[in-house]
Amino acid sequence: MYHRLSIRQKQIVWAWAFLAVPILFYVVIRFYPTANAMAISFQNWNLLGDRTWAGWANYAKLWNDPVFWKVFRNTFVYLLIGTPVSLVISFVIAYHLDRLRFMHGFLRMLYFLPFMTTAVAMAWVWRWFYQPVPIGLFNNFLATAGIPQVEFLRSTTLALPAILAPAVWAGLGFQIIIFMAGLRAIPRSYYEAARIDGVSTWTILWEITLPLLKPTIVFIVVFSSIGFLRIFDHVFNMTTNDPGGPLNSTKPLVLMIYQSAFSDFNMGYAAAQTVVLFLILLVVSLVQLRILRDN
Amino acid sequence: MVSSVAEIRASSKTLLAPGTPWRPANTGQVIRWLILFAGGVLMVMPIAYMISTSLKWPHEIYNLALVPNEPHLENYTYVLEDGRFYGWFINSLIIATITTISNILFDSLVGYTLCKFRFPGRYIVFIAILSTLMIPTEMLVIPWYLMSQAFGWLDSYWGIMFPGLMTAFGTFLMKQFFETVPDDFIEAARIDGLNELAIWWTVAMPLVRPALAALAIFVFLGNWTAFIWPLIVTNSVDMYTLPVGLSSFGDEADVQWELIMTGAAISTIPTLVVFLVFQRFIIRGVVMAGLKG
Repeated sequence: MYHRLSIRQKQIVWAWAFLAVPILFYVVIRFYPTANAMAISFQNWNLLGDRTWAGWANYAKLWNDPVFWKVFRNTFVYLLIGTPVSLVISFVIAYHLDRLRFMHGFLRMLYFLPFMTTAVAMAWVWRWFYQPVPIGLFNNFLATAGIPQVEFLRSTTLALPAILAPAVWAGLGFQIIIFMAGLRAIPRSYYEAARIDGVSTWTILWEITLPLLKPTIVFIVVFSSIGFLRIFDHVFNMTTNDPGGPLNSTKPLVLMIYQSAFSDFNMGYAAAQTVVLFLILLVVSLVQLRILRDN
Repeated sequence: MVSSVAEIRASSKTLLAPGTPWRPANTGQVIRWLILFAGGVLMVMPIAYMISTSLKWPHEIYNLALVPNEPHLENYTYVLEDGRFYGWFINSLIIATITTISNILFDSLVGYTLCKFRFPGRYIVFIAILSTLMIPTEMLVIPWYLMSQAFGWLDSYWGIMFPGLMTAFGTFLMKQFFETVPDDFIEAARIDGLNELAIWWTVAMPLVRPALAALAIFVFLGNWTAFIWPLIVTNSVDMYTLPVGLSSFGDEADVQWELIMTGAAISTIPTLVVFLVFQRFIIRGVVMAGLKG
């Protein structure tokens, strides 16, 4: 049978043979669950009882839930602080590191090392840093300097940035490396031409370097935004005694999803939240791609 | 005599002139180096303090000194004594290794097929796989949990691993790299009578080794540090992965920070060591995966 096929037909047979298992995987482990999550978001279900159709009830409940709006706001605060701060810091470091040759590899290693750590482990390390005196490192430094104590993780205003800090810290190394690769890709002749024309370093940065780095910036902004919108490991581990606390001031959407589904077993409600998360990620990525590409 | 000193000066000046790596005379560069060095030291401080505290006695953790007065490994013996951390370490190692192998095989096979074969439906399959990149894991955890419950996969290696056995990211990355393999090589192998599976494995795969390494690094690190899904799917202490185990251990050890730091060090040091050994290689891989993926 097989021998009578033409080369082209044989290729088709091989292609589908290679793709059979992966297609099954993507259908069962990706597409079906996506549809399933959407379906569950329209159901009332607590894992044990009956599944009943609920229409838009879960979404209406979400709309009227003050905790959800708090969580929604927190999620965007993580994004709106985390992305610009890490973008600026990583660019400044990459820009200067790119101009150094002496022990360049060693410096790069220092900045990249945090990227290789485990988020859960480092969340606990930073949690220790934030403890009050005499335990916590930061408060010990403050005490030595004679500055009043700061209750980082117990404050409703400071806890969120305190949790965001290790997330930004761990991601910097990756962004620096990507920025440096982007900087290297800019042809040297552009800089030489500008220098011959007597253009200042500052103008070179704004008129040549940054515009040519646009694809790199778009990539980093989209990539890190998705990361901050999905923050979970750090928050969960730094607030285990009161997840998302104090007073929900640090709770991101993913943590609310986790609690609704696996503490309250309210599957329909949790699924509705996951659909909202999906829509947020979709809209944020599309808007960023549009804005950063056009300008 | 004087002239020879001047000569040496002159030659050393040309040696260190613009274009050469190191210009000690340039104060701007020295200041830049010092600031970046200070920043780099600051970056590794959390890791340094974690390791330092794991070597301290309980009464010493209040001490800000980075070097312990009397470094010792008691915390490690204590934490590893009951075998839980050892078990979690093995679990994480097995899961990350199997998932990495699976991704290397399947992502590259699919990427290769989509890149080098011409068949009806190719474009649809490609778009369908690519579209899964838009779906966040968190949206799938509830259906995965229900699926695992229905099939008895809860609290098992398979249950922890199955969602990550193939990734659209890896498939896309490999497809991009197979574009660089000339079609002539594959044609030549076909004329030599190799079957398609053998061509993929013996001709195409060796040519994309750097990309495979990059993919392996990302998949391994991703699974080694994965938290939310293993947290959901496991419920017995024996099945925890290292991050899930560390999280429960941290809660239970309460304020014994030197023990928590020891647990954190146990889960972090292996990837740091791997990084320090394969540094250049890993950074190149990260750039490749980041820019092409």
